[in-house]
Amino acid sequence: MSAPVLDVTDLRVRIGNREIVGGVSLSVAREQTLGIVGESGSGKSMTALAATGLLDAPGAVVTGSAVLAGTPQTQLVGASARVLRGVHGGRIGFVFQDPGTSLNPLLTLERQITESLEAHRGSTRRGARSRALELLEAVGLPDPSARLHSYPHQLSGGQRQRVMIAIALACDPELLIADEPTTALDVTTQAQIIDLVRELQRDFGTAVVWISHDLGVIGQVADQVTVLQAGEAVEQAPVLDVFDHPRQPYTRELLDARPLIGADGPPPVEEAPVLLDVAGLDVTFTAETPRGRSDVRAVQDLSFRIRRGTTLGLVGESGSGKSTVAAALTALVRPAAGTATLDGIDVADRSMRRRISMVFQDPFSSLNPRRTVAAAIAEPLRVHRLADGKRGRAARVGELLELVGLTPEFASRYPHELSGGQRQRVSIARAVAVEPDLLILDESTASLDVSVQDRVLDLLAELQRELGLTYLFIAHDLAVVQRMSHDVLVLRDGRAVEYRSAAELFAHPDADYTRALLAAVPPARPRGAGAA
Amino acid sequence: MTPLLRFLTRRVLHSLVVLFGVLVLVFALVHLVPGDPVRIALGTRYTPEAYEALRTASGLDRPLLQQFLGYVGSAVRGDLGVSFRNGDPVTVTLLERLPATVSLGLVGIVIALLIAIPLGVFSALREGRLSDGIIRVTSQFGVSVPDFWMGILLIGLFSTTLGWLPTSGYRPLFDDPAGWLRHIVLPGLTVGLVAGAIMTRYVRSAVLEVASMGYVRTARSKGLSPGVVTRRHVMRNALVPILTITGIQLATILGGVIVVEVVFAWPGLGRLVFNAVSARDYPLIQGAVLLIAVLFLLINLLVDVLYAVVDPRIRLS
Amino acid sequence: MNQRVSPWKLLLTNPITALSAAVLVVVAVIVVGAGALAPYGINDIDVPNALQGPGLTHWFGTDELGRDVLSRVLVAIQASMRIAVISVTFAAVVGVAIGLLAGYRGGWLDSVLMRVVDVMFAFPVLLLALAIVAILGPGVTTTTLAIGIVFTPIFARVARASTLSVRTEPYVAVSRTMGTGDGYILGHHVLPNISGPLIVQTSLSLAFATLSEAALSFLGLGIQPPQPSLGRMIFDSQGFVTMAWWMAVFPGAAIFVIVLAFNLLGDGLRDVLDPKQRTLIEARRAGRGR
Repeated sequence: MSAPVLDVTDLRVRIGNREIVGGVSLSVAREQTLGIVGESGSGKSMTALAATGLLDAPGAVVTGSAVLAGTPQTQLVGASARVLRGVHGGRIGFVFQDPGTSLNPLLTLERQITESLEAHRGSTRRGARSRALELLEAVGLPDPSARLHSYPHQLSGGQRQRVMIAIALACDPELLIADEPTTALDVTTQAQIIDLVRELQRDFGTAVVWISHDLGVIGQVADQVTVLQAGEAVEQAPVLDVFDHPRQPYTRELLDARPLIGADGPPPVEEAPVLLDVAGLDVTFTAETPRGRSDVRAVQDLSFRIRRGTTLGLVGESGSGKSTVAAALTALVRPAAGTATLDGIDVADRSMRRRISMVFQDPFSSLNPRRTVAAAIAEPLRVHRLADGKRGRAARVGELLELVGLTPEFASRYPHELSGGQRQRVSIARAVAVEPDLLILDESTASLDVSVQDRVLDLLAELQRELGLTYLFIAHDLAVVQRMSHDVLVLRDGRAVEYRSAAELFAHPDADYTRALLAAVPPARPRGAGAA
Repeated sequence: MTPLLRFLTRRVLHSLVVLFGVLVLVFALVHLVPGDPVRIALGTRYTPEAYEALRTASGLDRPLLQQFLGYVGSAVRGDLGVSFRNGDPVTVTLLERLPATVSLGLVGIVIALLIAIPLGVFSALREGRLSDGIIRVTSQFGVSVPDFWMGILLIGLFSTTLGWLPTSGYRPLFDDPAGWLRHIVLPGLTVGLVAGAIMTRYVRSAVLEVASMGYVRTARSKGLSPGVVTRRHVMRNALVPILTITGIQLATILGGVIVVEVVFAWPGLGRLVFNAVSARDYPLIQGAVLLIAVLFLLINLLVDVLYAVVDPRIRLS
Repeated sequence: MNQRVSPWKLLLTNPITALSAAVLVVVAVIVVGAGALAPYGINDIDVPNALQGPGLTHWFGTDELGRDVLSRVLVAIQASMRIAVISVTFAAVVGVAIGLLAGYRGGWLDSVLMRVVDVMFAFPVLLLALAIVAILGPGVTTTTLAIGIVFTPIFARVARASTLSVRTEPYVAVSRTMGTGDGYILGHHVLPNISGPLIVQTSLSLAFATLSEAALSFLGLGIQPPQPSLGRMIFDSQGFVTMAWWMAVFPGAAIFVIVLAFNLLGDGLRDVLDPKQRTLIEARRAGRGR
């Protein structure tokens, strides 16, 4: 291994009397990628930002050493602001997670690239323009010369990330820090960005530090991997070793918790009657933008059925209309055309509110912060008069908490006292309280850490078996869908692309789009592992 | 239709709807008075002939809808009726008094901006530190002080005691620039200091919000100097909300100068409204209120236009 | 996970907010017992002792008719506060009802209500109050009504904005999918979560209402003589500023201190009740290693 571009030794970050990062050492060499993986709260972003002097947390104290190779060799920890300004953008480029807010909405793309060149290379605006054009071409942006004069809001999320990469590489830095760069992107776009960065790394020899919570992505991008848990480097090894011969139990836990394509689906259900029947569903709504209203056809001519006791997985990328389907089934939105019936009764009917339940994605905002867990779970019991008075409700709440794997003492707690996984369990308890026929799970595990997600999915499977629940499982993660679903419906731009049993769809996908989605999923084995 | 044009059309239409509402409200002013407005206005000068004359002259003997349409029709043509008190055409009186108030408003807003932008930005960039705390509390002082009290105290200090500046009165700018300046200092300061305190708080919160945005972190990650980050990334994006605040504040000043004009015997619209209210001179009250509301709407519309010019998200699709 | 400190405790750790709260407690005492606290009558004319500076017999001095300034200030505070509290209560109740309805229901009801609010916003506050006084004649009732009406739009706007942001929260959507009635949702989900900004607005409006009443009284259109009012006392002091500064300074300072206290309290409340601001404060406290 050649000399490291960045060599970090015993890096520590303290805020107050808490140590957020406790003695992490790592290094990355030229034309190599170091993957830093960890769950939320592991300190992975903080480690990278602290090591490169970009940390901006009030009261944070950074100690240790982070040496950037080159002429001159630079110690980054404790370096002066002037030195750091020379390094940032000039010798280290950064790509952040959210393409929506990472670019200045009022400046043209050209300007956002050239200001970096002006600051570090002393170029003039004109001189920098040709370099900006070069960069936009290199990152694969269509019609680059026209795009020079575009503004960020005119680009898609994936395109904006390409621009961010162009900005980061503008001054040909030795090191690129990418902090969850693909987390907010669709899986197909994510695959493209991963390929792009790999290509650029080959062309320019840049060292890359790629931070992600997603082991699959890390497997695709990294040569070396550092696993962080609660601010400590738990395992550090080449990527193949980490995946094939993990040494630490935590690493093994992370690997096992990953949903993988090719895993077993749910147990088959014998001949079951059709519970939900949707035919020709059409949902349109008007979107308000500062420039006026426009009509969006979110769902077009959609038909599907769900048999009792089974799970239909609804897959789509952002903007596919999948959440709109959920909204239509729960009468939050009225369809423009088509029918949706449960046991023959229209889903908009009042009686359906008891028979169709929903669990949302965000565990934090799904519960009223000012009400106790008990109040939240008891609400549907109250509305539908399902238990006898206060005592009856309290008893039922206790039962439901146990059902979802929580103890009765949780009843008197408030949402902010619970972890994300616990909150989702409460949301599930609330949804199951009415003993619904159909439970709609709208990206219900997407915001959870992978190990927590694994346990919640187990819970959902168990509940389906024990209570005979029927699920509409909405997700963008194909591996999770495969694990949970009997049948799968793939949605794109509001239209059904493919609709078959899960077994058939995953074994022999029919539509090109489905194939593209499957191909984009990071494989179980890391790259360079040979044939799987 | 380009997005810009669509946006502007919507804003203009919205303003027209509000303008209509304003006209209705202003018109209703006279008719909401319990009792007979003409009799009240005449007061001690009441005679049956004077009553009839005034009533007919102001058109109060015609049916309500006709009166309203008549009012709107004349207003559009610039005729706002005649004063109950002295029979002068309202429009003429208003236009006579407008320059004094506009001068005061503009001087006030300029002083306010000169205070608010440096202090607001400084305070935001040093958020949480002592200097920020001091500025926040001091601006609260400025917001809490009654403007007429400040005016009286300033007169007491600078005019009566020190004799540096005149106690009251107005000199038109183009006739006597030095006199204009001398006379406008105290009232301008009174208006400007209070408005400046209010705006400092808004500027601060606008800058804070922008400074926490992702693109500011991106700018720092490019190694740009703090000056460039502040100017090109923070301030340029804070400009939009600051513009909005300035517009609102200017409009508020126009309506709020009433008391300051009374304290300084300033011959502007505010003092006119006050005298009209005391004398129950309804046509004059209506005209002044309408004019000020229209100015308010125009300023807001202007702010919207500038907003569209500055922010490409509105201009382009 | 993390123990949340009670908002009230957090509020009082800020010395400035605590001081403001203390000042307002004193004001409350004055409102209740001005008559008992005042050493002299408000209209005890005593010309031989006119224009005396602050001293042992008259803590705030006397005015041009020999009346005790302190007593008049105390009674004036009582009158001002009554107007401020009643008018702001009216504005809050009506404004929040309008804003809640408009924000929750949306649609044409929202458009209509907000247009009306927009029209009211087109008039600067004092101007609108003057216009109402012009219609109904000067006096305490008119002033209270005028301020109440004029302040309603801001409550409507704040209530509507908060309601809109709460309405789109998933926990409200969940309730609706469950079939929970609108009334229950408004009462248990929306109202408790919009109370923060509304409490802040109430404090700020009380400040502004005090200033507005003072301005109206200054112009002679508010509290009518012989009832003392802080604004009118300042007006009456105009001829005497240099020879009897206490006639202008004490009433003005009273207004200033009360308004400042409401404003600072409002700031403190905002820091504590606004969730984003709160996590910042709590993080800072944690950072200081408590």
